[in-house]
Amino acid sequence: MRQGAVRALRRGVAAAVVVALVLAPWTVDDYTVALLARTLALGLVAVSVALLTGVAGLPTLGQTAPYAAGAYASAVVGSHLSDVGLAHLGIAAAAGAALAAVTVPLVVSARGVVLLMITLAVGELAVTVVGRWRSVTGGTDGLAGVPAIRPLWGLPVLATDRARYLYTLVVVAVLVGVVLLVLRTRVGLLLRAGRDDEARLRASGHRVPVHVAGVHVAAGAVAGAAGSLLVVAQQFVSPADFGFDTSALLLLGVVIGGTASVGGALVGAALVVAARDWLFGVLPGQAPLVLGLAFVAAVYLLPDGGRRPPVRGRLLPAVPARRPVPDRPTPTGVRA
Amino acid sequence: MTPLLSAHGITVRYGSLAALDGVDLRIEAGQRHALIGPNGAGKTTLLDVLAGSTRAGSGRVLLAGRDVTRLGPAARSRRGVGRIHQRPAVWSTLTVRENVLVAALPRAVRPGRWHPSARRRAAGRTADALLARVGLGEIAALPAGQLAHGQRRQVEIAMGLAGRPRLLLLDEPAAGLSAVEVGWLGEFLRTLPRAVAVLLVEHRLDLVYALCDTVTVLRDGRTLATGTPAQIRASGPVREAYAEGVA
Ligand SMILES: Nc1ncnc2c1ncn2[C@@H]1O[C@H](COP(=O)(O)OP(=O)(O)OP(=O)(O)O)[C@@H](O)[C@H]1O
Ligand SMILES: [Mg+2]
Repeated sequence: MRQGAVRALRRGVAAAVVVALVLAPWTVDDYTVALLARTLALGLVAVSVALLTGVAGLPTLGQTAPYAAGAYASAVVGSHLSDVGLAHLGIAAAAGAALAAVTVPLVVSARGVVLLMITLAVGELAVTVVGRWRSVTGGTDGLAGVPAIRPLWGLPVLATDRARYLYTLVVVAVLVGVVLLVLRTRVGLLLRAGRDDEARLRASGHRVPVHVAGVHVAAGAVAGAAGSLLVVAQQFVSPADFGFDTSALLLLGVVIGGTASVGGALVGAALVVAARDWLFGVLPGQAPLVLGLAFVAAVYLLPDGGRRPPVRGRLLPAVPARRPVPDRPTPTGVRA
Repeated sequence: MTPLLSAHGITVRYGSLAALDGVDLRIEAGQRHALIGPNGAGKTTLLDVLAGSTRAGSGRVLLAGRDVTRLGPAARSRRGVGRIHQRPAVWSTLTVRENVLVAALPRAVRPGRWHPSARRRAAGRTADALLARVGLGEIAALPAGQLAHGQRRQVEIAMGLAGRPRLLLLDEPAAGLSAVEVGWLGEFLRTLPRAVAVLLVEHRLDLVYALCDTVTVLRDGRTLATGTPAQIRASGPVREAYAEGVA
């Protein structure tokens, strides 16, 4: 009964959020609409972070790397080859997936805090490469003036912020729907089982490295697609979009959203972006500090977000312990 | 005839401690083989080596004549080695049914016609049948993390069987169970089909003698003796070694 009520409440909230998102561009100014579109793109990256961190128990600070790969691939294609959004999405997702695939050997056997460090390094490396590779990325100046897209062949160009926002909303809704559907198949079961007890999964005959590689590549594709949406929303891309602050913000949003919840990740990311922008207004210069404190607070205070994040391996190194000897009944029959 | 499983000269060291020191073991198809010995004798370590989750420093493991020494736990499980852990290992956020279903997936029989969820459905049928057999059908929808110790053990036994093993490695399945549960366990193991060989590590010697046709005694990482229950019971040194080890 109570579970049913909770579920109904969650459905209601979700429906209200969707309605609000659809109506938003008619109720706020263009600047805010563009901001909302960018937030949606970031929310989609947060979904990929939740997939890795929460569902699969593989914490990451590196999803900015496939996000950047997708954004730049999309911007380059948009400037030189095609103005069709679907093509951009496909190429951006492929770029994100390819980048994730390249890093699979680095992440496939790392867990816990080591994995967090490795993914952080991957993210930072990606930003550095993007900043240096001037001929393609425009360096730290970025790529400006990416032409507006048309969603599909034969459709009109998205000339207004409102149209671009609605395109972003539709794409995010479809991709989140796909992620949720896939998680309802055995893929979701295997990822959660691996998070709960990876050794048991191996003992049952599952190829855990294949699962880990698969979820990384899939999350890379989702983040890459989000990169394409970022370019659509702001028609500009620069390394500043993919810095460490973005990674930290994403992880914070995912933790606030309940770690393993895909919808929660979207909402959490939006809240964090809103909080950051508001903080920039009231406390110029101190926003990163406040976000850092918020992160610590979220991890320690939220019931599910945290105290013991559901990750594979240990998040904090522990004193190596000898295996405990369980209680057992006294053997019988030996002395008889 | 080639034995179902044979281990030769297995040695495992942790620093200066030899948890296993040149152990040989031979298990025939369908056999009920017990492994007994005092705490720290190396019983769990030997199961780990047989299941592939611990790599032996030296020695070889053959499964139906094939050398599997270098294979990991997943590959050995797919070749028919099932494992029940000393501390019940279940996936706590999955339901009881999902636990058994996931354990059944790698060896689920694919039906002829391709369908995206065919594997899952086949595994689901295996899970339902096994849950009915171990008597957990009623609580199939509960998260495994909410179960009591004895029920977790039942779930893990169903998980071990879901992989259609030729050899089931059981590490102290009776530990921590109530008298009623131990009775259930004994009956369940007694009625296990002979297609499944059993290697049972157990301190409850009443259970061992009732179920097993062969007993191997391990102490300080070495095999002390192997024989029928009657032979082991009669062997003075074995009795002393075992009694003194647990006293
Ligand atoms: N990971 C490890 N690191 C260090 N020593 C270990 C490790 N695992 C086992 N040992 C040691 O190896 C020896 C054999 O341990 P094992 O767990 O195999 O014994 P056991 O026969 O299963 O004992 P029990 O009846 O208590 O379960 C013990 O002395 C134990 O302390
Ligand atoms: Mg043991």
